[in-house]
Amino acid sequence: MMMRKIYGGLLAGVALMGAGVVQAQTIAPAPMVTATPSPTLDNGVLTGTVSDDSAWQSLGIAIPSFATNADVPTAASAGSTAQLGRAIAEVITGDLKNNGLFKPTGPNSLPPIPIIQVLTPDFPTWSTRSAEMLVHGSVSAASNGNLVVGCYLYDVSLRQQLVKATWEMAPGDWRRAAHKCADTIYSRLSGESPFFDSRIAYIAETGPKDHRMKRLAIMDSDGANHRFITTGQAMALTPRFSPDYRKIVYLSYLNGRPRIYVYDVESASQKMIAEPGSPAFAPRWSPDGKWILYSMAQAGNTNIYRVSSQGGISQKLTETPGINVGGSYSPDGSKIIFESDRGGSQQIYVMNADGSGQRRVSFFGGRAATPEWSPRGDQIAFTHIGGNLRIAVMGVDGSGMRYLTDAWQDEAPTWAPNGRIIQFFRTEKGTGKTSIWQVDLTGRNERRLPTPVDGSDPSWGPIRQ
Amino acid sequence: MMPSMLNTRLLSAGLMATVGALALSACASKPPKQLPPEPGPPVTNTMPAPAPVMPSGPTPGSQADFLASTGGRDTIHFALDKYDIDQVSADILRVQAGWLLKYPGKKATIEGHADERGTRDYNLALGERRANAAKAFLVSLGVDASRLTTVSYGKERPVDVASTEEAWAKNRRAVTVTID
Repeated sequence: MMMRKIYGGLLAGVALMGAGVVQAQTIAPAPMVTATPSPTLDNGVLTGTVSDDSAWQSLGIAIPSFATNADVPTAASAGSTAQLGRAIAEVITGDLKNNGLFKPTGPNSLPPIPIIQVLTPDFPTWSTRSAEMLVHGSVSAASNGNLVVGCYLYDVSLRQQLVKATWEMAPGDWRRAAHKCADTIYSRLSGESPFFDSRIAYIAETGPKDHRMKRLAIMDSDGANHRFITTGQAMALTPRFSPDYRKIVYLSYLNGRPRIYVYDVESASQKMIAEPGSPAFAPRWSPDGKWILYSMAQAGNTNIYRVSSQGGISQKLTETPGINVGGSYSPDGSKIIFESDRGGSQQIYVMNADGSGQRRVSFFGGRAATPEWSPRGDQIAFTHIGGNLRIAVMGVDGSGMRYLTDAWQDEAPTWAPNGRIIQFFRTEKGTGKTSIWQVDLTGRNERRLPTPVDGSDPSWGPIRQ
Repeated sequence: MMPSMLNTRLLSAGLMATVGALALSACASKPPKQLPPEPGPPVTNTMPAPAPVMPSGPTPGSQADFLASTGGRDTIHFALDKYDIDQVSADILRVQAGWLLKYPGKKATIEGHADERGTRDYNLALGERRANAAKAFLVSLGVDASRLTTVSYGKERPVDVASTEEAWAKNRRAVTVTID
């Protein structure tokens, strides 16, 4: 059963888009978005129900090109305001299409609309197109060179506006407006938290299996704005975006020694987080960005350490013979879930953030590795090893384990910011080719994320502010 | 049912012991690997060779000499998810230690590897554990620990790229590389 809240009522005093939009939430200076999802609706709440997920999949959403009050050139890569209007609608369509909840129809299959219809849709026409939901939007160039993008969601049969939002941003951030709009629609219709306006760090792989080149790379949640960070001369593994997206912590074999580095995205510089004198790997951020966990091998044993992200003295959190590795903080930062083979084989354990209170969580057959705490706090995603490697989830107490994928080798889950989708990487038997995939919590909706070359070790960052 | 089950288990235990003994004796009686004729280091420089032409064979104390002296046995192998040194590996490490003790000025790096059937982070730790096991064995034979460093490549550098039991067995390894 899924509850679907319907906010009723039309907005009073809606300003027309264009220069001087009253409600514009400024996204300037780039790249910080200050848009808030605060409801601008002030009327009461109606509720209805949708029986299950399958009903959602039939929810048709029409997304024609966003209209513009004046087609003028912009500094955005997509072109003029009219071209941007089409491109933004395409990005929204792509976002909504890929999560299995909706059936969006994009601007390539729909007639453009005149700007006057953005606030007063032609409902009779749209109802004949079997569109239940309608997205309209506007793009205009502000006098300061920024773009202003309006985003409106309508219920066609109710003939009501469900939500609206407006953002102002630097032209280079135009895709973010599209993702914010898609997030607004997704949140409004599903009741879930947003996740499209987020980024992914991963390892780009090329070359033969016995000598793969592994480079640090970053991209938006839909694969756009892709960028290689390292050249590949030193092997890079297991990157993680800092919660504010300003830094990336990862493992590099620079100078032939595996060590943890923190790369600063803005200054394009990096520093070793600690020179432990021993191999260090599997770095992770705390949710507040103040701590970095890493694993260090000494005399054959591997233990988990914590160090301030500013550097300094490391604190040893585990101290058992064997391999203690990885670690993922609970959303409130109070606990760490990690893997250890102290009991004889890889299993999942939990401890307090200071290392106290260590206890085993997983007790099922096979091995369990790479636990990742859901941003919602209620689930652990992990890699289950029983011959094949598969992505699975379980409760925080180890109960209710279930598989989400079934391939030869799927590993290293990472959560979408809203805890509804899990990303992981898949290795092909024989060739060793890798690719990045997403799966929702039902396990039914699985898709490959397009990357320019093979990809592994994806790490999904939080929703951008 | 119980007696026959018991018998079966006893029988299989006996078989195991026999197989193990056979394997051990097979290993023990294995003749030392025939050394291939050493081609010597490739000569790529155009400079005339120094006056006293060296007899064929690698420079004493070099990595090439290490490989020649050990019969190319620079690698030991491990069972699935294991890091213990078995008899075959111990014999190889003894040969390696002999060379290292002969050239006390030489350093070496031991590279630990895992097969592809584990998760990335764990395999990095496992490779390190295997390299360290080899190092500890060499140290127990008298090699100064400060001469030996370890590095793990986890599952990132397979020597056999196939996804078969045979390839995985080859890839679970620790390789001693001397530093020229």
